[in-house]
Amino acid sequence: MAASDRVGLRHGAGGRAMRRLIEEVFLGLGGPVEGGVGLAAMDDGAAIRLGDQWVVMTTDSHVVHPRFFPGGDIGRLSISGCVNDLAMMGATEPLGLTCAVIIEDGFPREELERIRDSMKRACEESGANVVTGDTKVMGKGEVDGIVLNTAGVALTRRVVTDAGLRPGDKLIVTGTVGDHGMAVMTRRHALSIEGDLRSDVAPINRLVRAALDAGGDDVVAMKDPTRGGVASVLHEFAEKGGVGVLVDESSVPVNPEVRAAGEMLGIDPLVVANEGKAVIGVRAGSAEKVLAALRSHPLGRQAAIVGAAIAERPGQVILDTGFGRRLLAEIEGEPLPRIC
Amino acid sequence: MTSDPLLAQLKFRDPQKARALAAALQREVDAIGRDEITVMHVCGSHEQSIARFGIRALLPRQLSLIMGPGCPVCVTDAPEIDEGVALARQGCRVLTYGDMLKVPGTVQSLGDAQADGGKVDVVYGVEQAVEIAKARPDEEVVFFSSGFETTAVGTAAAILRGLPKNLSVLSAHKYVPPAMEIVAGMPGSKVEAFLAAGHAAIITGCDCFRPMARKYRMPIVVTGFEPLDVLAAVLKTVEMIRRKEHDVANCYPRCVTGPGNLPAQKMLWRVFEPVGGQWRGIAVIPDGNLRLKPEFAAVDARRRFRIDVKGLWDYAPRQLADRCICGEIMAGFKSPKDCPLFGKECLPESPVGACMVSSEGTCKIWHQYGGVPDLKEVG
Repeated sequence: MAASDRVGLRHGAGGRAMRRLIEEVFLGLGGPVEGGVGLAAMDDGAAIRLGDQWVVMTTDSHVVHPRFFPGGDIGRLSISGCVNDLAMMGATEPLGLTCAVIIEDGFPREELERIRDSMKRACEESGANVVTGDTKVMGKGEVDGIVLNTAGVALTRRVVTDAGLRPGDKLIVTGTVGDHGMAVMTRRHALSIEGDLRSDVAPINRLVRAALDAGGDDVVAMKDPTRGGVASVLHEFAEKGGVGVLVDESSVPVNPEVRAAGEMLGIDPLVVANEGKAVIGVRAGSAEKVLAALRSHPLGRQAAIVGAAIAERPGQVILDTGFGRRLLAEIEGEPLPRIC
Repeated sequence: MTSDPLLAQLKFRDPQKARALAAALQREVDAIGRDEITVMHVCGSHEQSIARFGIRALLPRQLSLIMGPGCPVCVTDAPEIDEGVALARQGCRVLTYGDMLKVPGTVQSLGDAQADGGKVDVVYGVEQAVEIAKARPDEEVVFFSSGFETTAVGTAAAILRGLPKNLSVLSAHKYVPPAMEIVAGMPGSKVEAFLAAGHAAIITGCDCFRPMARKYRMPIVVTGFEPLDVLAAVLKTVEMIRRKEHDVANCYPRCVTGPGNLPAQKMLWRVFEPVGGQWRGIAVIPDGNLRLKPEFAAVDARRRFRIDVKGLWDYAPRQLADRCICGEIMAGFKSPKDCPLFGKECLPESPVGACMVSSEGTCKIWHQYGGVPDLKEVG
């Protein structure tokens, strides 16, 4: 069997390879959702019409190595990921979450309790409530430590998709990019880089609510830049909206530690995962208003306008580096430190 | 963010200075007055910098800056991969750099051998290989070592310090200067000057390029990897072309000296000897491969094991590979956009040619940065 006949780690990295696998294997599973958002949209979640509003649903499984990392752990990640996916559809008040956990035989109970405490704190921060769950234990070696799955349901009167950009719209990121992925990566590869590299993992539904309240119908696209980073989000915006995207590299907020680590490892922070950020597309007239609302929230102090949608080059993302312009590509698989 | 202290330190990334250099470059090119001037660099790290910062967008239309055989992974030939695959099949634990896993062999890559149950692991350097061998004293461990003279020194130093008994080296190390000569001397070559890689020159020094500059009557300019390093060196190169200076210039004096790192060179040539060999897609390069000297036979996997690669060859060869133009790309005759496979059948997750495999390969870099060298190309 050739490597191409197997599912590889690159298929889980959030880039093109993953999108292709989903398209080729899973898209046929879901039928159309009338007046809503279904599987075919490959959005953060689904939206099902119910009277004059929509039921938004999402689900996510979480595995991370190491399970505890600077700035968070797998528990905080599982709640934040679920709450944020709902919020990206415009549903910022989760009605209820589920939590399914698969645990390996021999897993330390103390660690499980720490994970639970951390989930609880993230629930308190976001106003979420875990309403049902499921627990399985598997034999040693049959699962790697712990797998957490969360699903969530929320209502919204307005669904924000990934497809709403028009030429002229501004693109805002809600804070520094690349923090989560770089913190986990340096820990995972045991690269001792000095400085305070910390994950940004956090529920940002309330931050998103502030943006939606300020921008109203002028907020036209939202997505959280998790695996694949901001680059992947911009590609989805460009492809689904049928617009080009022009990004000014120097206006993208990046923590100095993340920038330094990225330089050393040869990894662009724009392709690195975030767990407490959103990329928001806003009609130009409301961009400053939304930016001000984001910046007045503790989680959005470093929000910035980083680019705009353009009519030229639909489906492509162009990066202005300050030296020249080039295309910004999506990553193909897991970003790995370069060897030389 | 301009207030970012780290950015302020990066003085070799000042866009204003870059534009000033670009303007000076345009004046030099105009003074030469020709429609086509071709400069070749021979380093994946240079291509990374050029592509990442969009530097080609700043260059005069008449100047083409192309990448030659600058990636040790890309020029590793299929039979060398076959040796690693055969050793894995014979039960050895084969350790190599991540980029090497996907390089196609005659029938299998090391990654394929791994997926079939072979013991193939990724390491970040020879020290890690030593640790793994120590931790598994009952296994035969082989370090499939690749890289130019820069990384070969590390391998040589480890061998001189003494390897664990169960560790041997399968050297796929390459030596760059002879390959530059081959490209310079190819009939029909448009290359008028070379940019040489600053990090390799830290070891070799820049004086070693002087005989070649004289013989082939071309400037050779050594430089680093920040945008201003590259631009300043291109400007220097074009000035030298205009003045017909067939000599070496050092645009990386903060790291590179004339004679280079002599103790490192001593270690390199104590352990390795240059032998002729095929570089994938390019040619047989006299003195282009670095092999262990006979006195190190005990740690040389080629001498320690009977490597049976013929057993691998009972399969039909890959058909797509016949259409791959990696060789012509590395020799500077073509670019990835001339290749019918680029971005279609040949992708980073399923590379046909080796230039698509490594983060140092031209095709992979162009693909990573959107498939075109700069936006001028597509209007």
